[in-house]
Amino acid sequence: MTRTGMGAGRWPALAALGAALILLTAACGGGTEGNGGGGGGGGAGQPPTANMAPPTSVGAGEGKLALIAWEGYVQPLWTKTFETKTGCDVSAKYAGSSDEMVTLMADGGGGQYDMVSASGDASLRLIYGGDVRPVNVDLIPDWKNFIPQLQSPPHNTIDGKHYGISLQWGPNTLMYNPQDFPTAPDSWSVIYDPKYKGKITVPDNPIQIADAALYLKATKPELGITDVYELTRPQLDAAVALLRQQQPLIRKYWGLASQEISMFKNGDAIIGASWPYQESILRSNGVPIASTIPKEGATGWADTWMMATNAPHPNCAYLWMQYISTAKAQALQATWYGETPANTKACPIMDQLDKGSCAVYHANAPASYFDSISFWKTPIADCGNGETNCMPYSEWQQAWTTEVTG
Amino acid sequence: MASGTIQTSAPRGAGARISAALWRRPWVRAALLLTPPLAWFVFIYLASLGILLITAFWRINSFTTNIERVWNLGNFRTLLENATYRAIMLRTIGIAALVTVTDAVLALPFAYYMARVASRRAQTALFVAVLVPLWASYIARVYAWLLIFTHDGVLNWGLDKIGLGPVTLAYTNTAMWIVFSYLWLPFMILPVYAALERIPDSYLEASADLGARGGRTVAKVILPLALPGIVAGSIFTFSLTLGDFITPFLVGGTGSSFIGNVVYENVGVAGNIPFAAAFAIVPVVIMGLYLLGARRLGAFEAM
Repeated sequence: MTRTGMGAGRWPALAALGAALILLTAACGGGTEGNGGGGGGGGAGQPPTANMAPPTSVGAGEGKLALIAWEGYVQPLWTKTFETKTGCDVSAKYAGSSDEMVTLMADGGGGQYDMVSASGDASLRLIYGGDVRPVNVDLIPDWKNFIPQLQSPPHNTIDGKHYGISLQWGPNTLMYNPQDFPTAPDSWSVIYDPKYKGKITVPDNPIQIADAALYLKATKPELGITDVYELTRPQLDAAVALLRQQQPLIRKYWGLASQEISMFKNGDAIIGASWPYQESILRSNGVPIASTIPKEGATGWADTWMMATNAPHPNCAYLWMQYISTAKAQALQATWYGETPANTKACPIMDQLDKGSCAVYHANAPASYFDSISFWKTPIADCGNGETNCMPYSEWQQAWTTEVTG
Repeated sequence: MASGTIQTSAPRGAGARISAALWRRPWVRAALLLTPPLAWFVFIYLASLGILLITAFWRINSFTTNIERVWNLGNFRTLLENATYRAIMLRTIGIAALVTVTDAVLALPFAYYMARVASRRAQTALFVAVLVPLWASYIARVYAWLLIFTHDGVLNWGLDKIGLGPVTLAYTNTAMWIVFSYLWLPFMILPVYAALERIPDSYLEASADLGARGGRTVAKVILPLALPGIVAGSIFTFSLTLGDFITPFLVGGTGSSFIGNVVYENVGVAGNIPFAAAFAIVPVVIMGLYLLGARRLGAFEAM
């Protein structure tokens, strides 16, 4: 149920028309207005809120906290304790997608929202849009217990300034029915293989282009792909061409996690791209299911609690960041939701809550596991190597909607 | 009694005077009675349509997704120039038309039996059978069909038993066509029934007396008289299909998006309300033309 909401969110292929159209209307080339499209913020210059000084101490709570979150991220199971302890009443607005989160956070949360649980494909848009402000991680005691890669990841930390604190993460795995795959597939090539025509399913989400790029990075080194979220025009075109070729093989682009679950349960799909959540639901339903991270690696998501520029309850927001980073709260969310906590101390508590869950969700995996995952980040024009000829997110959206799924 | 009020106006005071004034000026009375519903219609209904129309000519800032009130035709240009959107429009209209034809073909014999052949009891039973599905949740009925169509679903299980092998129906446009035809069938049956029931028996007798056989009577008497009913029903089936987005999302596969899906994505997800408005105007225009045609065919009398 939980992921459903999230699924609803991450699916929308057509979702993206927005920025795509703008590009068309703006006659593409210049990008004179709006600087770099829905995706990007261009990456040039520093974020508008970079010079906002974060507080050096946390005052008394204001009695309220308004969150924008993925469905399932604000559960009484762990918010009750927080509310009793701090007196901050939590209210949550569930967003269906990263694009929706960005929309809701317009104008720094509009003085209405305090925080957003943004995924890596939205966080840079929020930072460069000036919608979120720097936070002082010294005020978050558990921050130093985070796995090192999530303490200052590039999707929420710029020039050493933290625009939020990491929360949970997870991989996008290759899920398959072991009855149809006696030998486990070890490459993403199976989801591009005409042999499985009509039995494949992948998410309905522009960020899926990165999955194609990941495969091309390994199989077509001549394209020179280094970062799957920093694609030049020819690289993006190659990934889109691969996805176009894949389209007739696809049974359905799933928008809701529940749709993928139902397809695997009913035999309409035997292989596809998935989250650990679907796998655990299918397994608990007794459906034969397995998943792997293929040799090319995998994409993944990492979510960050970010603080709105105009947050009306900043103290409660800091109290929330402190609380949600604790091992206990992290473990509760991880086991309830089916993802991996950022706090390394959460592992034993996860096992107490649900025996073996720490290993299932790789909360104790070595750093190499983390490094095999290319975490979602918003594609922007800045290629990260001094070049600025990379395709921003709006281009991805446009390509996905009009060239892949149409 | 109104005149009585006038005569005793002095002791009754203001209330009586108002009612007397209203009696003397019937148009004021009518205006007072009609103003609330009229205001509702104008402000809520027409005004929102007007705003929709206006919004379609604006655009959003790609970065902040805020609406920019800059007049431009960009949204409509995109709709017309982009092959994908053209395909989505044609697909939506095509399937809506197909569903309408299917429902008309299914409803005609059914409604004829109901109106002219079935006994009173059977008629009641058929009415209940037609109406009961409308009480069940739309989503439940769509999911029920999805479960029938899935690879390991009831349909394939049955086909397998009689040796016809599995068919691939779930997540296809064919599945959408079947589900839509099922969903809206009652909306076609009822107006067709109403039209057929109104045909006097003497017309059919006269046709027979003049030597027409069954087929000719159907073609020359029943069909023309049923046509307004069919057109009335088609307004429902066509417009309901045209505006739907849940069935394509749940039952459709690749290349199954409807206009409604694009609108939904743009409003709820991408925050591009101007483009959504522009696309939403397409079905409004189509239905406007359709209703104009329907009126000429006498559909409104049959409703």
